[in-house]
Formats: sequence, structure tokens, C-alpha cells
Amino acid sequence: MPRMTHNPQSLDAIETVRVDCDILIIGGGNAGCFSAVEAAKVDPSLKVVIMEKAQIMRSGACSAGMDAINTYIPEGKTPEDLVRWCRSQVGGGPIREDLALSNAQELNESVDDLERWGLPILRDENGKIRYRGAWDISIHGEQLKPIMAEKALESGAEVYNRVACTQLLMDKGRCVGALGFGVRDGKFYVFNAKATINATGGAAGLYKSYTADATDCHHQIWMCPYCVGTGYAVGIRQGAEMTSMEQRWVATRTKDFCGPVDTISVGYKAPIINAKGERIMQSRYAHLGADKAPRYIRANAPMEEWLAGRGPTYCDTRGMDPKLAEQMMTDYLNERPSFVLFLASRGQDPTKEPIEIYGSDPYIVGGHTQSGFWVDLCRMTTVPGLFAAGETAGGNPNKFVGGCAAEGKLALRGAASYIMDLVLPEPDPAQVAAEKARVFEPLLRGADFDGLLALEMEERLQRLMDEYAGGTSQFYRTNEERLDYALKHIAMLKDQAKYLKASDLHDLMSVHEVIDRLDVAEVLCHHLKFRKETRWQGWQTRSDYPEVDPTYDCHVESRKNLATGEIETFTRPYEQLVPGDRYKP
Amino acid sequence: MPPIVDPKKCNGCEGREESFCEEACPGDLMYVGADGKSHCHATRDCWDCMSCVKMCPRNAIETRIPYQLGYHKARLTPIMGKNSITWKCTDIKGQTVTYKYRNRLDIKD
Repeated sequence: MPRMTHNPQSLDAIETVRVDCDILIIGGGNAGCFSAVEAAKVDPSLKVVIMEKAQIMRSGACSAGMDAINTYIPEGKTPEDLVRWCRSQVGGGPIREDLALSNAQELNESVDDLERWGLPILRDENGKIRYRGAWDISIHGEQLKPIMAEKALESGAEVYNRVACTQLLMDKGRCVGALGFGVRDGKFYVFNAKATINATGGAAGLYKSYTADATDCHHQIWMCPYCVGTGYAVGIRQGAEMTSMEQRWVATRTKDFCGPVDTISVGYKAPIINAKGERIMQSRYAHLGADKAPRYIRANAPMEEWLAGRGPTYCDTRGMDPKLAEQMMTDYLNERPSFVLFLASRGQDPTKEPIEIYGSDPYIVGGHTQSGFWVDLCRMTTVPGLFAAGETAGGNPNKFVGGCAAEGKLALRGAASYIMDLVLPEPDPAQVAAEKARVFEPLLRGADFDGLLALEMEERLQRLMDEYAGGTSQFYRTNEERLDYALKHIAMLKDQAKYLKASDLHDLMSVHEVIDRLDVAEVLCHHLKFRKETRWQGWQTRSDYPEVDPTYDCHVESRKNLATGEIETFTRPYEQLVPGDRYKP
Repeated sequence: MPPIVDPKKCNGCEGREESFCEEACPGDLMYVGADGKSHCHATRDCWDCMSCVKMCPRNAIETRIPYQLGYHKARLTPIMGKNSITWKCTDIKGQTVTYKYRNRLDIKD
């Protein structure tokens, strides 16, 4: 896409592009690409448009590739078994078992699609898929994103690359598309759709990364830093109900690089040890399943060692067979290639020196944990016409690649049946004009405007969240008073958005990203405040309420009151649909 | 120091509307400057995903680990094949390891 060479001098100089379609997909990632492919199967006459902030061949969380598909149901096991495992991984729930089950029923077919499209799945000499854990299979997924994107393009979907979404287009309480701007061409885009599938990524960068204290280290984080929570923010602003935002994804990661650790500790059976060489999962967490303990326990365990003065913590790779170590490095090259470079930059051979591990900064995601929109079985949010899939759809953790793909298909089917007999309304000119003015204002304030850079506000927010809302520096702990402080200052930051300025279109994107982060952070703090217990240490730790309280064995929900602007919190009951002990896989 | 562009190798993908690296970068960080060469305008915002490195037809881009986290001057270079990838990695002691594997199945439509 050609770049705009000079900033526009006035709003009138900015071109507005209108695109009408049947179904708009916001975000051309994993779920979005699968939605597009499914649309061509359901009804090839559907006009499908993808709005993508980057370029779909290498965008978002899958841009670097993937080394495994974490959920593929093996022979002899059932979708119900997978739901039981999902439930146990989040400490017995509460989860949306209806959603989890429907994803599990679709999931293998989606992974098979990927293999049919050209993704190498590793098999043994008998042609059987090679499992590296109970549910996860190894792939050579360096080309995962291009493979998905090619199929989305082949399906006939029209892709608008480098267009950032800023707001939903509404018609009498119903979502009828989305608005945004071209980060390269500087045009204002109006996507008018009968139904919209929100398939953006999760939210990274709400919290400070512990490596952010020095030049060029800001984005040593695990989640794609370009996924900032826009998908959640645009829904929050229209009063959509959000679920489980307090269940943050915190993971054990390789220290200073933030690369995946389950690859080493589970996939390659390298035990987690502390500074004293003790196998901490076996010695301290045997009653919870040792190395197979729920994910939040495994994430929190190394941090407990540091707190108790027994850090650093490691994955003990010493003595690993060199052939196995090479396989492990290949896995990394498939997903986070620069980790291999990182080890080389320390002159480290993992078969001689263990790999250091630490906790990550917290992320809001619906793919690993279950933060996101409250959706029905068709994946429609509480805003009519707005569907969610992948990271944005809540209540249904441990989706990973296969589950997000499955959900993309399910959301498309929901959207396709919703639009039957629907007429596309004309976009409301007042709404379009107001959003266009809001979007471009920071760019039109001029070089002399005494304002703020997006970066300044981003760093202020990240420090605030880190220290007051349970970031890495506080070992994920927070309490009522700290959350009140965070909320007070988030309100001040929101008010200061009027001082944000941008010197070019890239800056303008950063400005809107930080505004989106503020909306997500505010809702997150309200959720953390509501859950007056500690249900998932590390993911959600209240130092003032350190125990599990049966009162909160329910989903925590929130909704912005559109009349007052307040975030209102409430609960929904947990419903167990799949029989069995909730706490066991 | 991610990513470093070698101005002697880079020609800004002359003749293309946008260079391969600026097309690939998921963070909108790469651009072709007035000198006709690619640049990264916010190295702090780089995720080290190496999409730009893989896409560069002239092997002009290198990803480096920020010095605050790793020492000078380890290297990792991908060589893209039709359905395979070869990685060459050299550590700070000068030891080089090569990894090659298939990243695409041959699909017959």
C-alpha cells in the first residue's frame, strides 16, 4: 500500500472509503482466516471483507510461526475428555463448557485442514502423529501464517491490509460494521456489514515487561506486541458484556527472552529446578500433579521460589541428548527463532547449562485463558450483529491454534445464519463524521501543540498496571487499595487522551492503541476488584483475600453502562455439562 | 539491536510499491528512506519475529538480540527454500550450527 507522504492539513482533505459487504472480519489472523475459508463453503455468494492492521501473510501472533498444535484429540479420546482437561487446567473452572465442547468437536477437522493446505505435522515411522504431551502435537509451523492467509485469499475474501479498526459502526444498538483508518494511505474507512466477526488478537502491553528498562528491550514479550486489545476495546465502548477478564494469562517463560517453556519442561521433559537444584514441581506441587499441575500453578511456581529466596529457577536441560537438543532448537526456530540467537548471544549450550526461566508479564487473551466477550453458542456477543472468535471470545480457555481455527468456522456459521433476510442499513453519517474527527484529531493538532506522545502514556499505564494491578515486579499480587489507585489513575489517563498528538500515521496508530489499552485495563481492574478471593495464583492473586472463596465459583462479568460511562460488574452461574471430577483431567 | 539493515546490500526493493520488509513487518516499523534504503524507525518496538529477515530477497537484514540481554555478535540467518528453510547460527565463540527442515508439504491440487 503506498504511503501518504504528507500529513493532511484538514479533515476535509482526508478521503473516506466506503466498503459494503455481507460479513466483515476484523483481524486476518488464525480465527479470521478460517472464518473466510468457511464462508466460501457455506455460501460462495457471500461478500466477505477482512480488515487487517498489518499484512495478512505475516501478521499478528502467528507471524513468527508456531512449533506445535497444543490440542489435537488422539484416537481413543473424545471431545468431552478434552473439556475435562481444559477445566482442570483452570483449577476446575468455572468455564463455559458449552463453548469448549463445540470447539473440541470441530477442532481436529481444522487441524486436518492445515495439513491438507501444506502444514508439515510430524509423524513417526508408522505414519502416526507424534504427540509431545497428552494433547499437543509437533509441527514445522514456520509457514503457518502464510499458509492460512493464502487460503483466505483463495476463498475470495477481499482483504484490506494496513487498516486499523478504531470503532464499531452501530445502527440502533446493532453492530453493522466497523470504522478505521489506513496506517499507510491515511484514508478513513467505513466498512458497512450485515454481520461483523471480531477476530483480533488479545491484549499485550497493558503491563510493563521487566525487560522494558533499557533501549531496544521493550518488546521482549511473549504475546505479539501489536495485539493491544483493540478487539475488546471496541466492544467495551458499545456496552458488550465481558467475561473473566480477571483471569490473566501469565506463563513461565525463558528469562530475559520470554520464549515458551512448556516446550522444554513438558515437551522435552526437562524438570523445573530452583537455585538449590531441587525439582520444585515434584517436591512442592506433587499433590497438584507435579509437572502436569494446572498451568497457573506451573506459571506461579518459579516466582514463589524467587520470593522465598531460592531463585534463579531453571529448566534442567543438562544431560539432554544432543539429538534431542537439536530437535528442541528446531521447535524454537519454528516459533520464536530469535531464542536460538539469544542462546548463541550468551554462548550457551543447553546440554551443558540449564535454561533460566521466570514469569511473563500478564496478558489478556481468550485463547490460552478465558478473557473476552460473553458469547452464545453461535459466538454472537451481547451486541447484536457482533460475533467473536479466537482470542476475543471468552469463557473457553486452552483453544490454541486448533480451537481458534474451529471457533472462526463456528462464528462464521453463526454470522451467516444471522444475516438471512437482513437488509444492509445505510451508515449513519453523524456517527461516521464524529469518528473520523476523533480518529484524525491527534494528527491535526499540529507540531506546536503542547501535548503527549503515545509512548509516554503507554509507559505510564504499563508501570501503573505493573505496580498496582499485579504485574511481574509485584509477583502478580494486588489488593483492593492498589486497584482503587490504579482505577483512579486510569481515569486520569483517559481524561488526558485529549492531549495525545501524532506526527505521522504510525504515531496515530500508536495513539489509538494506547486509548484501546486504557479501556481494557479499566475493565480488567474492575474484574480483579470484584473477585475478592484468590482462585488462580499468579493469574489472579489477591493478597488481601489469599484463599479460594466458594462464593466466587461463578463467572465474573462486566458491562459499560452507556448512559453513565461506569463499568458495572455482576456474575453468571457456572454450569457443569460434562460429567466428572471438575478438578481432575 | 533488532533489525539491522546493511545499506550496501539493500536497494529498497527498487521498482516495488513497497519494499518486502515494509510489507512484511507486523508492527509497521520498516520504511524506505530518502536514501532509497530500508530502515527501522522504532527498534524498541521490534518483536524479533524475523518476518522482514525472511522476506528480504538480498539478505540485507539481520536481527540482533539487544545488547542488554545478549553479547556481541551472535548471528542467525534464515535461507528460504521452496519448501524448506535452512538456519545458520553462529554464537559469540564463533561456533556455527546449521539446521535444515521442511516447512511446507508438497500439495497436489
